[in-house]
Amino acid sequence: MKMNHKYLAGLAVLAATAMTSSFAMAGTISGKVTVDGPTPKQKVIDMSKEPACAKDYPASAPPTTETAVTGPGNALADVVVYISAGTTDDATVPSQAVTLEQKGCKYIKHITALHVNQDMQIKNDDPTSHNIHPLAKVNREWNKSQPPGTAPLDAKFDQPEFIPVKCNIHPWMHGYIVVLKTSHSSVSDANGGFTLPNLAPGKYTVTAWQETFGTQQQEVTIGAAGETKTVNFSFKGKAY
Amino acid sequence: MGKLFAVILVIIAIASAIPIIQHTWKMPEDISTHGHLIDEQIADTMAEAGLAFLAAQFVLAFFVFRYADRKDPGKIKSFPGGAKVMVAAAVILVGTEVLALGIMGSRAWAGQYFTPPAADALTIQSQAGQFAFYFRYPGPDGKLGPQHPDKIDEGAQNFFGLDPQNDVESRDDIVTAELGIPVNKEIRLLMHSKDVGHSFYVRELRVQQDYLPGLDLMVHFTATKPGRYEIVCTQLCGLGHYNMKAYLNVMSQADFDAWLKEKASQQ
Repeated sequence: MKMNHKYLAGLAVLAATAMTSSFAMAGTISGKVTVDGPTPKQKVIDMSKEPACAKDYPASAPPTTETAVTGPGNALADVVVYISAGTTDDATVPSQAVTLEQKGCKYIKHITALHVNQDMQIKNDDPTSHNIHPLAKVNREWNKSQPPGTAPLDAKFDQPEFIPVKCNIHPWMHGYIVVLKTSHSSVSDANGGFTLPNLAPGKYTVTAWQETFGTQQQEVTIGAAGETKTVNFSFKGKAY
Repeated sequence: MGKLFAVILVIIAIASAIPIIQHTWKMPEDISTHGHLIDEQIADTMAEAGLAFLAAQFVLAFFVFRYADRKDPGKIKSFPGGAKVMVAAAVILVGTEVLALGIMGSRAWAGQYFTPPAADALTIQSQAGQFAFYFRYPGPDGKLGPQHPDKIDEGAQNFFGLDPQNDVESRDDIVTAELGIPVNKEIRLLMHSKDVGHSFYVRELRVQQDYLPGLDLMVHFTATKPGRYEIVCTQLCGLGHYNMKAYLNVMSQADFDAWLKEKASQQ
């Protein structure tokens, strides 16, 4: 049986490759997220209680909070842009696992987006113990300790939810695990850019979510195959 | 056999007293104005308990030596006056000891708990939470803004639940993860627990005080030597208790002013 599974998996990979190439003509939604107005000042994180992590940061570049990370030209990073209506990949769980790293007493990435039931591997790259605690309300809430040098933890979330995640040992550690019913999602980069490729022609609702500034939606129609639509989001800033 | 046991008993008692008498395990250097009272109290307690310990061991050894190998045990004699007199004698003996320690320690205790800090003491709030300490300085207005537990947002470094948008007094508050204080200046440290019981302990400062959830307490002290000292939690508070610590940074007044200014710029 095991051999058969491997064989089938190989076939699936082949089929997926073939499908991707046939989707090369599929539409794409891309754009930039910006913020208009003041943003909360990002504060320096003092990690002196954990020397194992504090040593990762030079005095000239101390670690800071990441509740509103901006880039050049009011660009807004760490915004989750995803298709909230219009796709039919609810049931298609990507086989590729996503990775959440704990490094320098931070979550890398700060925002991790994944599909419902998709595998997540949580790694501890620090020479100190962490206790990862996703503060889930819809999914089951749990926390697990992870000493240094131990194998990655596997996690899955079976309901869509924006889950704040914290470390029970290092209170400054903070991130989000964003569980979506779609794998058409993108987290904006330092320049605010995002790309949602492989979209068949159709009408879509594109949602952008940012932990401090909230949610925005736009309707987008991909007409012909291969069309690339540009969609920009602009959040209204706030100082606190 | 009994005589040998008595001799071993005396040897163990004396051997265990030697490192105490010789101060083999020294306490770290005292850096506080009140610490000598604590040290004296510890020394008095050690002397009293040590003498009682040795006396008890020697008496035990004497009786073992004297009566262990008797061929004919005979009738066991009772305490003069019977059990009641023995209990009364023990209560008076132990009671006197405890009372004497209490009276000798009253100055150290009263100096901390019955004496308010000087009017010009520097007020700092400390907050213990699983599993870190944070400190808050009132800023130029001299006032600490109110805390709103629902506003606590650790991801945004808002450990105290401040609401600077609505509370003017909170806007200039300075929150740090390190307790920076000026040397030779009395500190009035307010103690607030965010969640469960914790304890603030700095060995060199001779201060150890519990945090009680729901009850804000205060300690006051004056540090006399610049340096960096460890603050540890000494009340088992959960899985990260072993990792709960912060640093006390005693600086000159000028260094402290510069330090606080730098921290203020990071708020």
